[in-house]
Amino acid sequence: MPNKELLAEGLTDNHTGILEGWIAAQSREGVKRSDVLDEDEIRERSKRLIAILADAIHSADIDESLDIEESGWDPIKNFLRAEAEKREDAGISPTEAAGYIIALKEPVFDYLRKYQDSEGVDTVNTLLASSRIIDQLAIFTMETYLERRDAIIRRQQREMTELSTPVIQVWDRIVALPLIGTLDSERAQMVMENLLEAIITKEAEFAILDITGVPTVDTLVAQNLIKTASAARLMGAQCIICGIKPKIAQIIVQLGIDLPDIITRGDLQGALVYAFDKAGLSLVAKAQ
Amino acid sequence: MTTSYPSNSKVGTFRIRDCVLVTVNNEIDDSSVLEMESNLTEEIVRLPTRGVVIDISQLDIVDTFTGRMLGALAKMSRILDARTVVVGMRPAVAITLVELGMNLNDLETALNVDHAMRRIEEASAEGP
Repeated sequence: MPNKELLAEGLTDNHTGILEGWIAAQSREGVKRSDVLDEDEIRERSKRLIAILADAIHSADIDESLDIEESGWDPIKNFLRAEAEKREDAGISPTEAAGYIIALKEPVFDYLRKYQDSEGVDTVNTLLASSRIIDQLAIFTMETYLERRDAIIRRQQREMTELSTPVIQVWDRIVALPLIGTLDSERAQMVMENLLEAIITKEAEFAILDITGVPTVDTLVAQNLIKTASAARLMGAQCIICGIKPKIAQIIVQLGIDLPDIITRGDLQGALVYAFDKAGLSLVAKAQ
Repeated sequence: MTTSYPSNSKVGTFRIRDCVLVTVNNEIDDSSVLEMESNLTEEIVRLPTRGVVIDISQLDIVDTFTGRMLGALAKMSRILDARTVVVGMRPAVAITLVELGMNLNDLETALNVDHAMRRIEEASAEGP
């Protein structure tokens, strides 16, 4: 059985030198990063982490059933989360942040080694338990990094899709949607929905889809564009696609996709002229 | 303007001058479709009719059955020499029909009743 009192006491007792050993190990492993973090703060926060860890060990199971999802580990997880955020903001890599936690192993092992010959102390299992705990905490720190990055990626993706599909009212009954950047299926879907919504709200009879800024498309996206045009027609509007790149024209033909009843024009000007004409409008040059 | 309401009033058929306006909603089912078809065709021949406008803006659920029904209604009216325009299709309905592969290519569509009526009037002003 791992001896949790021994472990917890070793962590709380200042004379065992675990804190000093940890800080020394941190700088030896090159994960201390006193270049970006304040020296006194590192010491203070390391000390607090050890204290919180000792509390958690006191209250939780540390044998094979160790599970840091249990509530006893919440304080240390909260602390580590804050620590990981602080370190990430300081530009410290996830490997270094995990290394910072793992560096704690060495002083803990040194401390336990002193008891290996003592009567009634299961040093091997206590050592294993401490190793398990520290590993779990290091993994948790890594995960915090990943979660934060995932959240950032998700937010940026959302912002990008929102930013990239504005529907512009060009004229009465004419809307245009300029597309920029590579279209993936999700964005293509978004474009479809936005354009069809705009046809309703703006009572547009003509919807111009300008894909000048789209470098390439795949089968799914090409089909999606065609679906958009077909759906617009069913709603009583006409879809005009303009700015098709030579490459995209080749892809569409090679993929064997038909463009039935879809008006295509070389550029936005051509599309506008077509829409004006169909809407019974004409452009007249001013007399000089 | 004369108006005839079908007995179950799931589908309304209205006459506006020489056009017939049909409104379709979600509660449409097999039996009401048959009733609507007979109501509409009878109304078209009852008085001189130039156009039929089928308003489906109340319809937000669609399947192949409804899609086929729209196509059939349009075809029947056309046989009776009335120009047929489907109006007010919602984006979700349009997407679903396209996803189901029902492009309904020979169906004339317009944004709303106003647009459709104007188009029918313009066409008749130009002469037969």
